[in-house]
Amino acid sequence: MNWTAIWSIYRFEMARFFRTLFQSFLSPVLSTSLYFVVFGAAIGSRIDQVDGIAYGAFIVPGLIMLSVMTQSISNASFGIYFPKFIGTIYELLSAPVNFLEIVLGYVGAAATKALFIGTVILATSTLFVDITIAHPLAMVLFLVLTCLSFALLGFIIGIWAKNFEQLQLVPLLIVTPLVFLGGSFYSISMLPPIWQKITLFNPVVYLISGFRWSFFGASDVPVGTSLLAIGVFTALCLGVIWWIFKTGWRIRS
Amino acid sequence: MAAILSISDLRKSYEGGFEALKGVSLDIDEGEILALLGPNGAGKTTLISTVCGIITPTSGSVKVGGHCIIDDFRAARALIGLVPQEINLEPFEKVINSVRFSRGLFGKPKNEPLIEDILKKLSLWDKRNAQVKELSGGMKRRVLIAKALAHEPRVLFLDEPTAGVDVELRKDMWDVVQELKDSGVTIILTTHYIEEAEAIADRVGVIADGQILLVKDKDDLMAQLGQKQLCVYLTAPVSEVPSSLATYDLELSEAGDALIYTYDTKAERTGITALLNDVAAAGLVLADVSTRQSSLEDIFVGLVSGEKS
Repeated sequence: MNWTAIWSIYRFEMARFFRTLFQSFLSPVLSTSLYFVVFGAAIGSRIDQVDGIAYGAFIVPGLIMLSVMTQSISNASFGIYFPKFIGTIYELLSAPVNFLEIVLGYVGAAATKALFIGTVILATSTLFVDITIAHPLAMVLFLVLTCLSFALLGFIIGIWAKNFEQLQLVPLLIVTPLVFLGGSFYSISMLPPIWQKITLFNPVVYLISGFRWSFFGASDVPVGTSLLAIGVFTALCLGVIWWIFKTGWRIRS
Repeated sequence: MAAILSISDLRKSYEGGFEALKGVSLDIDEGEILALLGPNGAGKTTLISTVCGIITPTSGSVKVGGHCIIDDFRAARALIGLVPQEINLEPFEKVINSVRFSRGLFGKPKNEPLIEDILKKLSLWDKRNAQVKELSGGMKRRVLIAKALAHEPRVLFLDEPTAGVDVELRKDMWDVVQELKDSGVTIILTTHYIEEAEAIADRVGVIADGQILLVKDKDDLMAQLGQKQLCVYLTAPVSEVPSSLATYDLELSEAGDALIYTYDTKAERTGITALLNDVAAAGLVLADVSTRQSSLEDIFVGLVSGEKS
């Protein structure tokens, strides 16, 4: 393993993040505050409790997941698309590094950024609601795994995208609906019975459910199933990336 | 001298059936400067990109320092530095960080004195903390060279290093290349400026339509294929070549004030003495004489047009 190369890619990517640290920090704080004002105070005041949890606190895990998933995807997809777009990818392709090293560098950096933003959102939520975390270690594990797996997906999107529009397409058309319909702001037990079945095809349900369990000890689906789902998803993304580098699809002619 | 780069029957076909490289074989000795000369679309960049790992070859083999670029890509690529044709740089990063990144990417440990030395040699030290986007085009090109040198490569590829660069900067670039050669780096540069190959190369390879047409020592090439022209200027113009000089196959300049004689420098007798005697005998008075060696450009145009016909 070329650890120096992985570390170099990671640092180079993080430098981009630190150059715009203020925006990176401010935007999640602002959007979280808005969600709390709208859902927590305005609408949430009319909803008493969900599964015995105050609505304001109930939405915190979903809110963190929503941001973490979209941030992981956009950071990782932009991270690898940008070198493709400006041509600096030549350096990666001609360097003595293999696909795993490139992925670890880019995905690691994208996941770190998303993790940072997730933490900021969690900290901001404590200003609005009382939160106790029932299983802190599991919470960290779910958060890290989600950041990593969605950064992997973002990496694939970044390689697949031929222009900036395509870069936005998958997050906008697929990921955002899946996250919103995955129980970010409600418990799936609140849905009509038929939708409770259909929603189980949404992979995001398992992630949010598992993450919420780590906060409140209660979940829509068993925790083991959530872990399995995230494991399968990560393996699937890794498989696709391995194939991309083996065939050189959209990166090496 | 041992070949540091050995290319054998290298082919590259694209999906549409286009064959960009049609069996290129080439050995490059350690420490030399080879100029690959060819028109646009000849396959110069494809050849370089394939050796560097950016393009996957269809068949053939490439060895760098004895390491196969496919099976032993880490060892092979570690020896190579690439300066691409396009100015491809992360615009928002500082110059020095961009160069440090390149060194790290090749797995080399931190070496600040070396980075400082490279940046100073390329007159970039004063700009080390500037963002890349603030630099002029020529400076950016130097950053590309600095990045390529950051991991101390033994073979450096320069893909059209002076394309779109002004005359002064081009001369600077040639000096840089010469210094690199003096420090023991093997250099392969592509160009379609013949004067560039003529000025700095030890050997010249001509590539057209995906094939190497010839690779020769530059001076040998010039001597072998070079012809010279003798221009005899007259004090008074003439309307036609005097019949007494018909055997010399002379050309008359447009203004009629000069006779142009083409001869082979390698020939046993050039015929110059006899010509000058006969010119005087024909009653013509000489104002001046000059000679001109045919340039690489003449040779190149001859080869490429010969290939096409």
